[in-house]
Amino acid sequence: MPPDRDTLMLMLERMYRIRLFEETVIEIHSTGELQGPAHPYIGEEAVAVGACAALRDTDYIAGNHRSHGHPIAKGGDLKRALAELLGKQGGYCHGKGGSMHLADFSVGILGESGIVASSVPIATGAALASKQQGKDFVSLVFFGDGASNQGACHESMNLASLWNLPVIFLCENNQYAITTSYKNSVSVDHVSDRAPAYNMPGVLVDGQDAIAVYEAVTVAVQRARAGEGPTLIEALTYRFEDHSLGLDRIRKSAYRSEEEVEEWRKRDPLDIHEEALISTGVATREECDAMKSDVVVLVAEALEFARESPYPEPSDLFEDMWADPIPAP
Amino acid sequence: MPEMTYVAAIAEATREEMERDESVYLMGEDIRQSVYGASAGLVDLFGEDRVIDTPLSESGFFGAAIGSSLVGQRPIVETVTSFFWVGMDQMISQASKMRYMFGGQATLPVTWRARMFYARGAAAHHSDRNYPVFMNCPGIKIICPTNPYDAKGLLKTAVRDNDPCILFEDGIAISSRGEVPANEDLPNGELLVPFGEARIVREGTDVTVVGVAGGVAHAEAAADVMAQEGVSVEVIDPRTLVPLDKKTILKSVEKTGRLVIADPAHKVCSAASEIASIVAEEGFWSLQAPIMKVASEQVNIPYSPALEPLVYPTPERVVAAIRETLS
Repeated sequence: MPPDRDTLMLMLERMYRIRLFEETVIEIHSTGELQGPAHPYIGEEAVAVGACAALRDTDYIAGNHRSHGHPIAKGGDLKRALAELLGKQGGYCHGKGGSMHLADFSVGILGESGIVASSVPIATGAALASKQQGKDFVSLVFFGDGASNQGACHESMNLASLWNLPVIFLCENNQYAITTSYKNSVSVDHVSDRAPAYNMPGVLVDGQDAIAVYEAVTVAVQRARAGEGPTLIEALTYRFEDHSLGLDRIRKSAYRSEEEVEEWRKRDPLDIHEEALISTGVATREECDAMKSDVVVLVAEALEFARESPYPEPSDLFEDMWADPIPAP
Repeated sequence: MPEMTYVAAIAEATREEMERDESVYLMGEDIRQSVYGASAGLVDLFGEDRVIDTPLSESGFFGAAIGSSLVGQRPIVETVTSFFWVGMDQMISQASKMRYMFGGQATLPVTWRARMFYARGAAAHHSDRNYPVFMNCPGIKIICPTNPYDAKGLLKTAVRDNDPCILFEDGIAISSRGEVPANEDLPNGELLVPFGEARIVREGTDVTVVGVAGGVAHAEAAADVMAQEGVSVEVIDPRTLVPLDKKTILKSVEKTGRLVIADPAHKVCSAASEIASIVAEEGFWSLQAPIMKVASEQVNIPYSPALEPLVYPTPERVVAAIRETLS
C-alpha cells in the first residue's frame, strides 16, 4: 500500500536531511575540521528513509559503520549528530563514538557497529525480547552486502526463523565491500536469494526508490507484528561516494568504472522521490525547494551547535564505562 | 548450616532470580536437559520462553542475549569457556564496548556463566582458563567463585548488576560441597555476595598466597602443609577479578612481606601477572622476597595423562614457591 501524503513528505524531508548533512560532512572533512574516517551515505538515502518511515517510534533499528543515514532517517537530532562527528560533549555519545557509531538511543537505535554484521544478532535479540515481553515492537537491522557473508548474519537468520521473531533483515546492497564487488563475494545472484534457506520470505527491492522500500518494509513489519516471523529484504542501491572519506588511496584504484558511477548517479534517490511526488500532485517543485531550503538552515544550525559544543573534559575519559560503577584498577 | 554442591548452588541462584524477576531468562546449548547440571528442572518451572535451548551459534545467541538486554531483559547465558572464542566478537566488540562507545546510552545486564573444564583429559579445545583475556578488555565484570556459597551469592549479584558479567565456574570446584545458608536464616532473606570484596580464606602472618579460581584449593592445601612446619600462611580469594579488591591483598602483603599467587591460567599476562604487578608497584616496600607466580606453563593443554598434570599449578608447586619466598 502506498504511503499517505504526510509520510511521503516526511520521507522527502528526511532524505534532504541526510543528503545535506553528508554534503556538510564532506565539506568539513576536506578542510580538516572533521578528523578520522567517515562513510558517506549519499546515494543510499531511500533505503534508510523508506524503511524507517514504515516503522513506529517504538520500534528499534540497528546499523553499521555507514551510520549517518540511519539515525537521521529514524528522527535523530541533527545537532547532536554533527557534534558527535566533531568529537564534542554535546554529541549523541558525548564524543566517545564518532562517525561509525552515530547512534541516538532516544529514537530507538540499538547501536551502529563498526564491525560489519555484528549488529545483526543484536537486533535479533531485541526481537526476542519483544516476543518474551508480549509486546508488539519490531526490530530492523541494516547491513551491507559484505556483512551478508558473515557467520553472525547467517546464525541470526536461522535463530530468527526458528524462533519466529519480529525482525526485518534489511540488506543495503550498495554493491561493494570497500572495493570487492558482491558479484565476487556472494555465492548467489542476490542476497535475498538466501531467504528460502532460512524458511523466510526474501524480497528484492529497488533501493533508489524510497516508496518501493517503504512498501516492502511495511509488508515485512505487518508480518512481524502479526507473529509470522522475520523477512529478508535486499535493497539494491549504490554508494555515490567512495567507501570512506580519508581513504584517498582507494579513489585511484579501478574497482568500479566512472561510467558505472555516472549511470547510478542518474538514479539519484532524491530525484526519484521528488519526481514521484510532483508527478502525482502530492507536492509542487516549489514546495520541494522550500522544504530543501528549510533543511539547509537546519543543517547550518546543527553545524553551528556542533562547533560551539565543548570538547569533553579530561575527567570525562572514565565516564560512561559502567552502569554500576566500580573503582578504576 | 545446610550443605550443597557448587552446581546446586548455581541452580538455586538461577531459580531464585528467575522467580524474583520475570525479565531474567536462561539460554544456552542443551540447558533444558541440563547437560552441565545447573539448569535441571528449570524448563518445567519457567517454560520454554525463559529456558531457551539454542542452536550451536555462539555469535548468534550471545548477540541475541545482548540485544535483548538492551531492551529490558536480563539473560543468563550458559556456555563453556572454550566456546567464548566462537562468540568473541559479540562479547568484546559489542558487550564490552557498547556502553562506553555510545556515551552511556546502552545498558547491558547480561550474564555469561561458563564452565571452565581443565585437568580432566579434555585436551586443548576444552580446557580454557581464559579470564585474563577478558581482564584485558575494559567493560566486563569477571567473577570466579570457588565454593558453593560464593557461587550462589555472586551469581545472584551478577544477575542484578547492570553491566555485562562473566562467571567462570571452575571445573575442579564444581563438584565440591560447602555450606550455604538457608534464606530464612539470612538477615535480608537472601544471599548476595558483593563484587570487589576478597575473602580471607584463612588468616596467617608469614606468607600471603592469593588463589585465583581453582588456585584457591591449591593454596589451602599448601597452607596445611606449611602449617605442619610452623609456617603461617594467609590465603586470599579475590572472588572477582574485575573489580579486584587490591586493598585486601596489599594489606595482607604489608603484614606478611611475602606473596605467592596460584592461578591456573597460562602464566603470561595471567591474573597472577596483574596481581604481581599491582603489588610490585604499590606494595614494593612491604616485600621481603620476590613475588612468586605459580601459574600454568605457557604451552597448549596436552591430552595425555602423562603430560597434562605438568602444566597446572599444584599444591606441591605452591609449597615450593612458599619455601622459596622464605629461603
